[in-house]
Amino acid sequence: MLWGIPPGLLLILGVLLVPLLPGAWRKAYMTILPLAGLWALAGAETGVFYTFTFFTYEIAPVRIDGLSLVFGYIFHIAAILSVVFAWHNNDTVEQMAGLAYAGSGIGAVFAGDLITLFIYWEAMATTSVFLIWARRSDSAFRAGMRYLIIQVGSGVLLLSGAILMAHQTGSVAFDKMTLGNLATWLILIAFGIKCAFPFFHNWLPDAYPEASVTGTVFLSAFTTKCAVYVLARGFPGTELLIYVGAAMAAFPLFYAAIENDLRRVLAYSLNNQLGFMVVGVGVGSALAINGVAAHAFAHILYKSLLFMAMGAVLYRVGTVKASELGGLHKSMPLTTIFCIIGAASISTPLFAGFIAKSLTLSAAAKDGYPVIWLILMFASAGVFLVSGVKIVYFAFFANDGGKRCKEAPLNMQIAMGLTAILCVVIGVYSPWLYSLLPNDVAYEPYTLSHVINQLQTLIFSALAFALLIRFKFYPPAVNSIYLDFDITYRKWLPVLYKWIVSLVSPGWKSMLQDLRNGLHRMVAYMFRHHGPEGILARTWPTGSMALWVALLLGGFLLIYYS
Amino acid sequence: MLLAHLPALVIVIPLICAPLCVLLRGKDWAFIVALLATWASFACSVLLTIQVMKVGTISYAMGGWAPPYGIEIRLDALNVFILLIVSGIGSVVAPYARNSLLLEHIEERAYMFYCAYLLCLCGLMGVAVTGDAFNLFVFLEISSLSSYVLIALGSDRRALTAAYQYLVMGTIGATFIVIAVGLLYQATGTLNMADIANRLPEAGYTNRTVIAAFAFMVIGAGLKIAIFPLHQWLPNAYTYAPNIVSAFLAATATKVSVYILLRFVFSVFGVEFSFVSLPTAIPLLVLAVLAMFLPSIVACFQTNVKRVLAYSSVAQIGYMVLGLGFVSVAGLTASILHLFNHALMKGALFLVLGAVFYRIGSCNIDRMAGLAKQMPWTMAAFVGGGLSLIGVPLTAGFISKWYLILAALEKGWWYIVVLIVVSSLIAVVYVFRVIEAAYFRDAPDDLVNVAEAPISLLAPAWILVFANFYFGVETSISVGIAERAAQSLMGAG
Repeated sequence: MLWGIPPGLLLILGVLLVPLLPGAWRKAYMTILPLAGLWALAGAETGVFYTFTFFTYEIAPVRIDGLSLVFGYIFHIAAILSVVFAWHNNDTVEQMAGLAYAGSGIGAVFAGDLITLFIYWEAMATTSVFLIWARRSDSAFRAGMRYLIIQVGSGVLLLSGAILMAHQTGSVAFDKMTLGNLATWLILIAFGIKCAFPFFHNWLPDAYPEASVTGTVFLSAFTTKCAVYVLARGFPGTELLIYVGAAMAAFPLFYAAIENDLRRVLAYSLNNQLGFMVVGVGVGSALAINGVAAHAFAHILYKSLLFMAMGAVLYRVGTVKASELGGLHKSMPLTTIFCIIGAASISTPLFAGFIAKSLTLSAAAKDGYPVIWLILMFASAGVFLVSGVKIVYFAFFANDGGKRCKEAPLNMQIAMGLTAILCVVIGVYSPWLYSLLPNDVAYEPYTLSHVINQLQTLIFSALAFALLIRFKFYPPAVNSIYLDFDITYRKWLPVLYKWIVSLVSPGWKSMLQDLRNGLHRMVAYMFRHHGPEGILARTWPTGSMALWVALLLGGFLLIYYS
Repeated sequence: MLLAHLPALVIVIPLICAPLCVLLRGKDWAFIVALLATWASFACSVLLTIQVMKVGTISYAMGGWAPPYGIEIRLDALNVFILLIVSGIGSVVAPYARNSLLLEHIEERAYMFYCAYLLCLCGLMGVAVTGDAFNLFVFLEISSLSSYVLIALGSDRRALTAAYQYLVMGTIGATFIVIAVGLLYQATGTLNMADIANRLPEAGYTNRTVIAAFAFMVIGAGLKIAIFPLHQWLPNAYTYAPNIVSAFLAATATKVSVYILLRFVFSVFGVEFSFVSLPTAIPLLVLAVLAMFLPSIVACFQTNVKRVLAYSSVAQIGYMVLGLGFVSVAGLTASILHLFNHALMKGALFLVLGAVFYRIGSCNIDRMAGLAKQMPWTMAAFVGGGLSLIGVPLTAGFISKWYLILAALEKGWWYIVVLIVVSSLIAVVYVFRVIEAAYFRDAPDDLVNVAEAPISLLAPAWILVFANFYFGVETSISVGIAERAAQSLMGAG
């Protein structure tokens, strides 16, 4: 640990110096800070540090072991890359929020007890919301508010769970838990909200695409992966998570397929990838936990790369709407290449995603979950289509939208280049990533059957996509996604999906509308009574005040004498 | 020798210095006298606290007349804790007076302000030290009358109506208290509080005079505390009073009133009478929960930030009454702890608003838009105080809520825990409305070139903000005294 400062706290404290430094110095400092953190972490010993007692509870602010180290490494790397990507940005608030947010994420990963975790948990929420607000648009502000409420709410649940737990067991240590009482359920729900479990996931595609160009890159790395880490730490082998994860891996794809905003498409596919990791946590074997860690590691890299590429497009063109883009490969050739690498890294052999995802898939197959394995295969091909091929195609190829712009700024290119190199290196030389993993498991991703299996699904789905484009069977981009899965599903799943959508959507919409109207009515009602002119807030005549005194006295006397 | 008379000195110093301010007349002289008097009282309070923590309860016979016939000054952990709060806040606020705009409105009669300020301080501390029920009423009137004067000094003309309304309501409250004291005298024949407590069982718990006295005392003190729905005088009084007065009164006056309630309900009447033979806990809990929610929601809709804080005070009083209503050592600890912590956060926030008002002449939320750019230190202090108000960990506000939740858990009242947490979320809304305006909106056109507030205003505010964080981490002092006070209150029953 650098000068004895716990990892994470180093960044958070370091942020305080940021506003004092002028231009170039500040950027250098911001880049060196996470580098220093990474360097310190590389030499760190495992163990629990700085323990102290607080209200009779044992607090362990820093716990370093195999699992937390992997996440610690990748969080530092992500922080460095995100900072480089944001060099061009001079917004002090955003710079500070970004680093502090990364620091909180790192701190949370090394937290050895629930109280420390809660503090970093809330710090993550409050710092990250500034990255959303930094876009300074009205919709970003609203989305940020919704995001903040949900995130802080998750923290409140975590705290309530922790307090209950402390009360029941007398300890706030953060270790493997078993579901079965209110405390652990509250904690699981708190984790689930941050991990975007189905029905808790709305904040993710809602808020991430509203953040600033550089903010989204930060956001995509920490919050959800931190949630994956705490799940892997607290609930490995919880069978419920397998089904939750499978649902997560599948359902966001449908949204991603029909979504027009490409950064939102990425947000949905992020959600889908989290599903893979949650399945891994649910399986809980040594191999599966390795898979979770490896997948999180790789996923942070390639998802950042994709968000960077889309950020560069947004920065130059001003929009990431699929319908308005196209043909950008002429103006932004390098960005195009990086984006393709990012897309390929999702699951193509020789790229980062493949060697990570194989672990989870094998673990699911090995522990006897064939249906889950099938869903994951489907999701794996699907995500390649909707977030890989779709993004690359609509942004950089497709119909030339006539937009001409400059190539991305140099710092963005550097950041994307570095990330792309990492994606490839990890994919090609798998032992390097595997050596970082918490459990000792021998695994070889490049077996013939693996590679062929994977290539088959990918090639056929890509082919299908190409054919559809060629024969002008699109838009609905919806069609493209089901082809790779299985021939029988090709015809009726889209129809079924559309049918369900047409059936559910009016009801859902009217329900939402009712909810919104109800909320408006409630606020209006509250305003009527609590607003400045409301009965509760306006200045009462002295007589009515005195009347209340008399009433209350009468009431008390009545109770007492009765 | 002097040490033996400390319990008397602590109130005699401001009492004597108050007329001295008037006699000296000069603005600067009056300031120095007032400042030294407050600091001296604070020093005395600290010494007394140390003494009480070491040797236990101190009893001092005024003028050598032995109690219960003479007036007794009686100090236990609760008394000195209140003394510390009042004189501590007074000492931080006093230097602030010189530069806040207040004195420019009454340039010629500044000494009058200091005189009223010292009298108010003396009255509040007198309530906290005295062991005599009637004496307590007298000191309460000293503090109330001087606080009416202080509130009326506000530059807004509405301050006069606000002060007048407060005067009427405050007088009703004080009258109720004196009626209660009178009835108690009738029932027991003594005015010494410890003595009353001894003789009450003789008078009988079903004695109608005593029951009436109890009801009058609870309502009278409740009115001074501003328990919902008896809080209506408070928002106007705090809003239109000069900023320094708002800070001082918000942090001290209601706290002293809570002390009166605690002292009478737990020590004088005793737990047995107040809660076992009479159903007092449930009505108080209901009122406390209402207070936690309704005024908080009102605060979310206010445009004047001082008013936001005033309504928030009513809500925070709900937490104190809630802890009291648990009738357990844990609940009382939380309650007493929140007295202290709330004084710290509200004092800090009102002082910050004073600094804002000093520069932009308004505390309206729209006028404060974009202020964080021009007054970064001021608004950072607001954020610090606001976090504590919400109850974010590592702040004093968190400690109070933590103990309150522990107390509720001890009783096994889940729903109360949920209510506490949910009501804190409302605090997030009204605090963040201000922060959002100051940090994320553009300043109004005429307020683009505003300078940072002078250091003489910032320093007191930051001292209190720092205290909020200090007592959020190092809790042995505050929790230690509060626990002892709670134990002695419960034990006395």
